[in-house]
Amino acid sequence: MAQTLPPADVAIVGVGAVGGVAALPLARAGLVVVGLEAGPWLGPRDFAPDELRNNVRGWPQSAQKANREVPTHRPNASAPYSPRRAIHPMMNAVGGTSLHYWGQSWRLNPWDFRVVSETTRRYGASRIPPGSTVEDWPFGLDELEPYYDNVEREVGISGQAGNIDGTIDPRGNIFEGPRSRSYPMPPLRGSGFTEHMADAARGLGWHPFPGPAAITSEAYDGRPGCVFHGFCSRGGCHVDAKSSTAVSTIPKAQETGDFNILTHAHVTRIEVDDDGRATGVTFIRDGQEYFQPARAVLLASYTYENVRTLLLSTSDAYPRGLANNHGQVGRHYFSHATGAGVTALFPFELNNWYGAAAQGVAVDDWADDNFDHAGVDFIGGGNLWIYTERRPIAAARMDTFGRAPRWGSEWKAFIRENADRWTNTYIQKTTLPYEDNYLDLDPEVTDPLGFPVCRITADFKDNERRIAAFMQERMVEWFTAAGAIDTIRLGLGTMGPSTHAYGGTRMGDDPDTNVVDRWGFSHEAGNLGVLGASVMGTSGARNPTLTAQALAWRTAEHLVRNWRTIGEV
Amino acid sequence: MANRSDDPPNGEPQPEKTGISRRELLKRAGMAGAAGALPLSAAAPAVPSEPAQEPFEALTAAESDTLEAIVARLIPSDRNGPGAMEARAAHYIDRALAGPLASSRNAYASGLAAVDRYAEESRGAPFIELGPEAQDAVLGDMEFDRATGFNPDSSTFFELVRTHTIEGTFCDPYYGGNANFVGWDLIGYPGVRTVVTADEQRMERTPPSNRRSAYDYPMFTKGGA
Repeated sequence: MAQTLPPADVAIVGVGAVGGVAALPLARAGLVVVGLEAGPWLGPRDFAPDELRNNVRGWPQSAQKANREVPTHRPNASAPYSPRRAIHPMMNAVGGTSLHYWGQSWRLNPWDFRVVSETTRRYGASRIPPGSTVEDWPFGLDELEPYYDNVEREVGISGQAGNIDGTIDPRGNIFEGPRSRSYPMPPLRGSGFTEHMADAARGLGWHPFPGPAAITSEAYDGRPGCVFHGFCSRGGCHVDAKSSTAVSTIPKAQETGDFNILTHAHVTRIEVDDDGRATGVTFIRDGQEYFQPARAVLLASYTYENVRTLLLSTSDAYPRGLANNHGQVGRHYFSHATGAGVTALFPFELNNWYGAAAQGVAVDDWADDNFDHAGVDFIGGGNLWIYTERRPIAAARMDTFGRAPRWGSEWKAFIRENADRWTNTYIQKTTLPYEDNYLDLDPEVTDPLGFPVCRITADFKDNERRIAAFMQERMVEWFTAAGAIDTIRLGLGTMGPSTHAYGGTRMGDDPDTNVVDRWGFSHEAGNLGVLGASVMGTSGARNPTLTAQALAWRTAEHLVRNWRTIGEV
Repeated sequence: MANRSDDPPNGEPQPEKTGISRRELLKRAGMAGAAGALPLSAAAPAVPSEPAQEPFEALTAAESDTLEAIVARLIPSDRNGPGAMEARAAHYIDRALAGPLASSRNAYASGLAAVDRYAEESRGAPFIELGPEAQDAVLGDMEFDRATGFNPDSSTFFELVRTHTIEGTFCDPYYGGNANFVGWDLIGYPGVRTVVTADEQRMERTPPSNRRSAYDYPMFTKGGA
């Protein structure tokens, strides 16, 4: 029998990148907020610069709740299952994956909010790829701009503005939409290698710029600037320079006295009353079941777990899962096309051993609709990203470019010479939702509690494959201009579990095609909000976190402003 | 560390190339109780390992011998310096098979036995009794699935051992491999630093190796705070 806890105004499921942001405006407004987090608190002493532990063995997610419910995947409904990933892409902790992500913190470009109308206007409706369920967002970049601006300051984002109120600054991204003011910190410094690549891009007539990062470039908010030690990717920060929510918005929310976090709380269901309103959250902690009553619930776990929790929360009011009477939960799913990279070999050392994955140089000339698509057979594009941070095991595992065997003395001589002469690139590409790409519950695979895990049925389509080939051409062009002597084009892969998973609870005005309304609240259960990239209907060509955080702040602010109609019914 | 990429003209390993100064080498030799006894050219490629008074944690003695012989061919000690044996990669693997890599324990039991069976059938002696060329031929047969008697096949086991040998050669020394920073020196990784300056990120100015593990920094250790 579940033990009932004292009621809260708002229960947040998951205190990570988005739940940890939403808590701040709620707590500042004086609402009593309880955050239910499956993981523990982690701090600087946990974040050792240890490649084997962090990157090879996947600590800490390898030891966590998320890892016991890794989604299954099949490319389509009649294809065999892909081998199940050993480690969940995300982690459980206060601050969630914002503790150990790369920290690239982009705003979407204006086109990303208007893919359908802008494509139709410029090229005709026939250019929307067949089978895609893409829609325009219910609002444009201008609506989200104040929230981006706010989160950039509260979380702590460094970067170089490229467009302030329409005035273009060529030091930044000239393709970005208008922003009201600069970033609160200058961009992270470049390295010798990223500056070399930026020079090569300028030589091609492109417009390189340092990318925005949730990493301090100087002392900010009581935290020191980044120390560039080279263990940032999948490693937390030992000096709190990474602007995870655990060191930014969460402590600020706690200072109000109205934000209480329960760690090791494994949420199993969101409960509803006979009218279909959410009444609170059931969770398990140390083997004991609890019920946390709340007047409003914000579901803020990751995309896979958001969808799974809704589908598992069946009731008389929602026999097919919470907020799913229109059958839209799990639809319009896509994971970002980030495969199809290019590996390059240079005839000189890059000194890429240190730095951070967010210390780099971007080219946006081939993203979104930043170039004329009349002569190509796809819509959208990609963002090219060159970065630092090389670790020794990964360096030794380098491709030998067909120039040496894979072991023995010749191999040893090859890696001795070339371990610091190669690099990968990160190319994020427009990815669209399609009718037959979706999430549901796996009919066979369960977690240790016996609940089905999330199942992904999804694959890339022609539009994504064409972008991938086009972007690889651009990347080879860039590497060659920078003096690379060899390049390898990697495969695009398929839509397995990803750190960039979108959709499944899409945001939009039409309840027949969307789960949440323009404010992030369920069309069906009015006091249930959903936070995270699961509400995003397009990806753009850049990391989702800052957009998900801006949306989370906006949803929380909407709840505060409409507390009497949403919370006090 | 300058010009690390240039091959030494005489084929002799150059200590400076792996970031170890002559003074540092002599100091280390002294600490190991062999003060000044070895000429530099002999000491450089094979910095002596710690005396191995430690148990087999997962493997049997015979399995361990075979594994030692395999890793010594995968990353051999040669003109480019010490290899996986000197890095104690097999020790890393043995220890990990009793812990984080326990799920691979059976694959090693089956795979190492298959290596010896195949070595006997194809070359007439167990793996450890073969000469280096015959050992390399056995490993090459495994890599390209020409070796028989493996479950499911020889390349699967070859890739498993190769992956773990690389881990054991290039991991943080805390885990029992990369002894004396053999792996990091080989590829020029300058060691774990907790603060890196802009100057240390200039191209062609790779900083000297500091030969430090993550756990040389007390804040990351159980006793540290």
